[in-house]
Amino acid sequence: MQALTNRAKPVDRRPMTFMEKIYLPAIAKGMGITLKHIFQKKETVRYPEQKRPFSPVFRGLHVLNRDAEGRENCTACGLCAVACPAEAITMEAAERKPGEENLYREEKYAARYEINMLRCIFCGFCEEACPKDAIYLTETFAPAHYKREGFIYGKKDLLVPMPGEKK
Amino acid sequence: MAEEKKLFKVKIDNISVEVEPGTTILNAARQIGGDIVPPAMCYYSKLKGSGGKCRTCLVKVTKGSEADPRPMPKLVASCRTTVMDGMEVANITSPEVQEARKGVVEFLLLNHPLDCPVCDQAGECHLQDLGYEHGADGTRYEFKRRTFEKIDIGDKIQLHMTRCILCYRCVFTADQLTEKREHGILGRGEAAEISTYIHKALDNEFIGNVIDVCPVGALTDKTFRFKNRVWFLKPVDAHRNCENPKCCGKTVLWMRGDEVFRVTARKDKYGEVEDWICNTCRFDKKEAKDWVIEGPRAVERHSVISQGHYVGVTKPKDTLTEVLDGRKPKLLMDIHNVSEVNRPGIDLSAIQGPAHSDDFNKK
Repeated sequence: MQALTNRAKPVDRRPMTFMEKIYLPAIAKGMGITLKHIFQKKETVRYPEQKRPFSPVFRGLHVLNRDAEGRENCTACGLCAVACPAEAITMEAAERKPGEENLYREEKYAARYEINMLRCIFCGFCEEACPKDAIYLTETFAPAHYKREGFIYGKKDLLVPMPGEKK
Repeated sequence: MAEEKKLFKVKIDNISVEVEPGTTILNAARQIGGDIVPPAMCYYSKLKGSGGKCRTCLVKVTKGSEADPRPMPKLVASCRTTVMDGMEVANITSPEVQEARKGVVEFLLLNHPLDCPVCDQAGECHLQDLGYEHGADGTRYEFKRRTFEKIDIGDKIQLHMTRCILCYRCVFTADQLTEKREHGILGRGEAAEISTYIHKALDNEFIGNVIDVCPVGALTDKTFRFKNRVWFLKPVDAHRNCENPKCCGKTVLWMRGDEVFRVTARKDKYGEVEDWICNTCRFDKKEAKDWVIEGPRAVERHSVISQGHYVGVTKPKDTLTEVLDGRKPKLLMDIHNVSEVNRPGIDLSAIQGPAHSDDFNKK
């Protein structure tokens, strides 16, 4: 059979010499490599005390934005859900009632808004599709959970807190 | 022997067609079909007297007729201009027409609020399509747009006058379908608005058809208001034996699962209804058991409505239960235990008007 690449090496089947049989030179050589790496620059960081900087285009966990007056930007237009290749976003819209003008910017708003983080592939298409600057991908990870239930993010997980309000 | 009717030979964008005398250029183009059909916002073939208002169907007549081959001096509205023998018309082959149409779109959008994210018509709006195909990227209009309060015309129809482009289609519909028209245009020029006389409610059996003829989102179905976006719904052809003799009972149901969110008349490729339907069919029969469902409606491939509708999918056989000796795979999470969306207790399609905060917060 012809080899696919020319990197294949035939196995050396000659019997080992005395020096090879006592193994000590090979062990010393291996320990030497280990010792060399102790003095080299470390490739790991001490997470979580120490964190690597994110790339400026990093796409992490979503947030739903508010405008300058603290009203929700999202109008449940459904463009993020239609753009989502993983079909992770679902929503239900409602009409703003008189008296709710301080909560929602437009006459229609998302009464329910959910992102299934198990499905989400963090492609950022929702952010690109949004005509109202409502959804943004931040520079944080979705935190780990022991159960799948914790990965369904509703509006209370996604909305940025009101100015002055503690989350 | 019946004398043979003389047919007029017309050339539209270098495609010849023979049409009967008295046909408009627009209808001659529609007989050819394809890309050369001028767009129309106000003309509606089922409504007598419609057309001539919006100017989107402007075409250039490069040769008047065989007898008088001079070109027409200005662009003409193809929905109102009848053909002559030997006429030659340029639509997409004329840069002048394209430029004029761009200007018309800009004018139509002058006072349009561009609230497509909120509007229920988005996704099936003719003005949206027209803007994408013929419009400019931005507007040069810097002044305040005219605004109106939204009006309830009857309990089932909502009028957003801000979105109206004054095509008069709804006025013609009411004129020709009902005995007594109760709405019309008040004011002139920029102040013109569709209105009922002192906000009188419209209560005619066929008045719901004004929703279908409206090319923009000015007249919308209040029973569907904000319930869902059209591209998340699945249109299916359906019919029922309507008691109303004038109603054909042939409709399109916009469904999601087993829920019927909206009922509309069947529309052809020019967005015109095939036949009128009555208000009972449109507003009151919102259950799947009221209808005989014929099958999925063919939606144009380029339409956003066709997105996510996976047609012609063949699923491979699930061999998991065979491999597991008949045991069912363990379900690790039922999404309905966690998700707040589509809760079984809240049936959005069953709520009369748009949903409000109290509809969601009730237990």
